Amino acid sequence: MNFAALHKYASLMHAYRLSCRLSPWLAGLCLLLFAWGLVGGLLLAPADYQQGDSFRIMYVHVPAAWMSMFVYMVMATAGAVALVWKLKIAEIVARASAPLGASFTFLALVTGSVWGKPMWGTWWVWDARLTSELILLFLYLGVIALHGALDDRRSGARAGAVLTLIGVVNIPIIHYSVEWWSTLHQGSTVTKFAKPSIHIDMLVPLLVMISAFQCYFAWTLLIRMRREILDYDRNASWVRDLGRGVVTKC
Amino acid sequence: MKPFVIVAAVLRRELLRAVRNQAEALYPLLFFALCVLLFPFALGTDSVLLSRVAGAVVWVAALLASALSLEALFRADYADGTLEVLVVGGASLPLLALGKALAHWLLSGLPVLLLSVPLGLSLELKPAVLTTLLVSLALGGVCMSLMGAAISALTVGLRGGGLLLAMLILPLYIPVLIFGASATANAALGLAVTAELTFLAGLAVLALTLTPWATAAALRIRLS
Repeated sequence: MNFAALHKYASLMHAYRLSCRLSPWLAGLCLLLFAWGLVGGLLLAPADYQQGDSFRIMYVHVPAAWMSMFVYMVMATAGAVALVWKLKIAEIVARASAPLGASFTFLALVTGSVWGKPMWGTWWVWDARLTSELILLFLYLGVIALHGALDDRRSGARAGAVLTLIGVVNIPIIHYSVEWWSTLHQGSTVTKFAKPSIHIDMLVPLLVMISAFQCYFAWTLLIRMRREILDYDRNASWVRDLGRGVVTKC
Repeated sequence: MKPFVIVAAVLRRELLRAVRNQAEALYPLLFFALCVLLFPFALGTDSVLLSRVAGAVVWVAALLASALSLEALFRADYADGTLEVLVVGGASLPLLALGKALAHWLLSGLPVLLLSVPLGLSLELKPAVLTTLLVSLALGGVCMSLMGAAISALTVGLRGGGLLLAMLILPLYIPVLIFGASATANAALGLAVTAELTFLAGLAVLALTLTPWATAAALRIRLS
């Protein structure tokens, strides 16, 4: 593999420019998908035969819960790359992902709680999936705290990566131990391996919403990465030119 | 040097330090005892209630004592440059990490284990349940010291170190707590406890094989 070519794309200035170029496209795609998913999910999809219209919070809840795990895997992959190849851009991806993942986790918990009140009759139960999600939130908050605790950005990112990878080994253990401890949550209705037990008219908006959340994550990740890149490269001449207004910001 | 010799040397050094600074070595133990003693004050002296929560109380107190005592594990060696000398000198960091974690278990896990006998009895725990509690604490304690050493290495010398360490490690302790406390609860009900104890033993073996490398990586990052 040609590592010289790889390093050109790993250069922070190129990443900054690329992020500027991609952002508007992702933003547009994200808005389109959100419009499609929300109209499809909130207006067009049929009401559930048991849960009525309140099932529609699923169109926010399921993508948020999905993203909470997806972002952790992004963070872990970026962290592993940062530890092995010491690529700055991977450190930046890991740093920028953590707060986004924490927000998705928080959103999943809040929407689940709002749905749980009419359905289960309580805001919170000590159910396995809810509790795993709550522990995941604390894992995210730990990584964010560790990033903040180290003054040097690079070693902060690498320390965060080690913590994230310890978390990756632990997440399945936590998940199954908590599952054993107690569960009340309804089973998964969308799986890759079996025919989904959800109706196709409800499923399509859900998949659209999941893609919309993915786009939203990619878009906001790029914005956060630009901020981190400026901080990482703050002594580089191109950042100084940018600060003086010699070249346009984006 | 053979791996065994290195681990033994690290252990010997930690034990010597504990002998020469006995007051500090007692902190985790005293904290553990005080933590357990707070519960009768909060819950009242109803012996039925106390015997029902005793296992859980001892487990949570042991968890907190472990989390808080970990902060001192690498602190002195980091502050006076010993760690740096070891890294520069090419010492095997995973073996150092293993020795440190075992020392932590011997100096804080084992005393907590022994002290939980009188404390458990004072909380009206039945002798049969006490045996399960001790076995689960022994296995769980090994897991906690090993995982804790990794997080301790990550946070050594940081501001707010102790609280940050507790915040990072407590979510990771949850599986150990679940298996340990449920083994104790099952023993109290007269049910089988082999499944929980086997899981704890499995976690201990897993931690033994993986965490020394995580601790070594963490030390390298903090010293770079």
